[in-house]
Amino acid sequence: MTIDRAVALAPAQRATDLIGGDLTEKSLRLHLEGLPGVDAVGLEARAAALGTRSIKTTSKAWALDKIIELIDLTTLEGADTPGKISSLVAKAMTPDASDPSTPRVAAVCVYGDMVPYAVAALGSSHSAGRDDGINVAAVATAFPSGRASLPVKIADTKDAVAAGADEIDMVIDRGAFLSGSYGLVFDQIVAVKEACRREDGTYAHLKVILETGELNTYDNVRRASWLAILAGGDFIKTSTGKVSPAATLPVTLLMLQVVADWYRLTGGASGGQRIGVKPAGGIRTSKDAIKYLVTVAETVGEEWLQPHLFRFGASSLLNDVLLQRQKLTTGHYSGPDYVTMD
Amino acid sequence: MSFLDYAPAPESTSILHLKKSYGLFIDGSFVKGHGKSFSTISPATEETIAEISSANAKDVDAAVGAARRAYDRTWSKLSGADRGKYLFRIARLVQERARELAVAESLDNGKPIKESRDVDVPLVAAWFFYYAGWADKLDYAGLGANPRALGVAAQVIPWNFPLLMLAWKIAPALAAGNTVVIKPAETTPLSALLFAEILQQAELPDGVVNIITGAGETGSLLVNHPDVNKVAFTGSTAVGRAIAKSTAGTGKKLTLELGGKAANIVFDDAPIDQAIEGIVNGIFFNQGHVCCAGSRLLVQENVHDEVVDRLKDRLSTLRLGDPLDKNTDIGAINSKAQLERIRELSNIGEAEGAERWTAPCELPAKGFWFAPTIFTNVSTSNRIARDEVFGPVLSVLTFRTPAEAIAKANNTPYGLSAGIWSDKGSRVLAVADKLRAGVIWANTFNQFDPASPFGGYKESGYGREGGRHGLAAYLTSSAVASAATTRGASK
Repeated sequence: MTIDRAVALAPAQRATDLIGGDLTEKSLRLHLEGLPGVDAVGLEARAAALGTRSIKTTSKAWALDKIIELIDLTTLEGADTPGKISSLVAKAMTPDASDPSTPRVAAVCVYGDMVPYAVAALGSSHSAGRDDGINVAAVATAFPSGRASLPVKIADTKDAVAAGADEIDMVIDRGAFLSGSYGLVFDQIVAVKEACRREDGTYAHLKVILETGELNTYDNVRRASWLAILAGGDFIKTSTGKVSPAATLPVTLLMLQVVADWYRLTGGASGGQRIGVKPAGGIRTSKDAIKYLVTVAETVGEEWLQPHLFRFGASSLLNDVLLQRQKLTTGHYSGPDYVTMD
Repeated sequence: MSFLDYAPAPESTSILHLKKSYGLFIDGSFVKGHGKSFSTISPATEETIAEISSANAKDVDAAVGAARRAYDRTWSKLSGADRGKYLFRIARLVQERARELAVAESLDNGKPIKESRDVDVPLVAAWFFYYAGWADKLDYAGLGANPRALGVAAQVIPWNFPLLMLAWKIAPALAAGNTVVIKPAETTPLSALLFAEILQQAELPDGVVNIITGAGETGSLLVNHPDVNKVAFTGSTAVGRAIAKSTAGTGKKLTLELGGKAANIVFDDAPIDQAIEGIVNGIFFNQGHVCCAGSRLLVQENVHDEVVDRLKDRLSTLRLGDPLDKNTDIGAINSKAQLERIRELSNIGEAEGAERWTAPCELPAKGFWFAPTIFTNVSTSNRIARDEVFGPVLSVLTFRTPAEAIAKANNTPYGLSAGIWSDKGSRVLAVADKLRAGVIWANTFNQFDPASPFGGYKESGYGREGGRHGLAAYLTSSAVASAATTRGASK
């Protein structure tokens, strides 16, 4: 083994604060490889235990509404059209036409070229920086594979931001990560974060998709979570939804633990930084989604159950929640024909 | 409203059809006891659940006599395969009536329903299934060909896992061909009496299992009965010592599963989040009423503060309250006497200079409760680091090197269990090799399986329960048996 020449990395604020001013490929690697290991059996047992919480009556009603408020209603198909986007937006604004008390979802999540249609369809309901509207999230950086050059990824991102995207869901380069090029992954996230900058100096929120199904081990998920946070990600997100397995409860629990560690490290209750978590793909039932709410509340705390700190990336989940919600109100189950397709 | 104040989710008690009073289960039916009857109460509410008979010398004699007759006339004449059929049947009935048994257990013992539902009762069924499989394979138990049953087994069990301890005792005894007289603890007789109904349902031949209730005196009469061939006891070291004395020289085979003061050793390279869970599970599972509880936390000094901080955060999320609520993590202390002992030892801990921290939680007004508590700055000489508290109280000590960890872990009169937390496999194996404890868990704690032998070193008792080794407690090799007596079940 020879001594590598120190390769300096982009000086992202969080990383230089934690690792020091001489941020290099090597210092980043030493930090990531020095993280405590994850015991898979123990992690999965803890997730399973959280999944046995029994959420009934008033708690269930609260949870169902909360789930809707935390959904990124998603369509990411090659067959997406402006018409499909506008009906998705309509569903996002009025999830259940039969019950006006139903809350709105947090955001719609679409491909970059569909952003203008989503913005137009939302009209005055588009948040565009306000707190009361619906956000437009765009997947970017050669989603879902991430296999493109950095200039292409940056252009992809800038394009979506210019079109009015409030949030960018980027993918990391899993190939680079698995081959040990942590610095490359890091620099790309920093660059994409910079591409999220709008003309007025504000930034679109950056969600970093780890694609945990391809990272395969929990140790990798923990390292990638740290890497994404250190590079400036506002959110860490499990999956693209295009790879199986997508979000799982143990993986989400692990990412929440990293987020809790970061909060503790940056000051905890006295000004700690709160990073968001977004499990995406594979969460289809209210019952499953409630397990995620419990996991969030019992690990990082209830204050994370807000749209700027926790999201579900999902498409079919919403309708199951609406059916459960109708059941709570009317006392009996309806059926799929009593909620709208999209 | 806070989401974390989960709405009540109580398990219904409507599934239970309890009688107002219960007799003794002798020779296949319930009979009235001749001792002074007593009430069993719910430790969470102090309300009476049922009136329980107490067995006096005459009743114990009747129970042992029934067991002897059943052994001579029926059970020793059955083939192993036929004994196995009864055990399989019992196991299936336990599964069928699982919810009922879990509710009864939580009601009478105070443990959270999620534990009786997800741990105790499933393990009870698993124990019967496991030993059912052994009944016709005793030649392979490691005791040579044709090992023989001992005869009548007297079994006395504790209140911390009432039904599970019953299964640990009865399943191997029956599989090996013995008949049984068992006495559950006086504070937790309910599930054993429901189990007697299951035995009737399974049509187990009369007298093969007899269940007698009562206090310590009944237990003493039972283990000292002259027509008993085998004594198995789980409980305190003091009582275990008395039994060892009184059975010495009687020819009764004896196994004891007694107290513990287990070390849970956390190295600085441990998977930290899982280690915290393991520490919590190690000492707060079943309110710490676990003989193998990880009550001494040995933390490597360089991670002590971080571990303690995270532990306190985690303990603050535990939910104490109604044992029948499905979201309860910490239930009630089993009895007033036990609560007083926990309080006394905790006060001594404080007086001796250890720093006490108690999880912030509201204790119900009625019933017996003790909030999860940890002591830091504990010295090895403090009583809370030496005496078995048998409650939700953790003592935190530190070490600097693996050698010191091993020395401190072994520095106890007990030796039942230990835990090791490290990401480094070679270290886990090296340390495990030097610990004097019957059960050692690596990167987990309080895991039980019928295939795994369980038992202690030193004052934690002798003999093993579970696995192939558990059969040895109820069998004798035929070479010895033929020299002494030819009485014994054939395989």
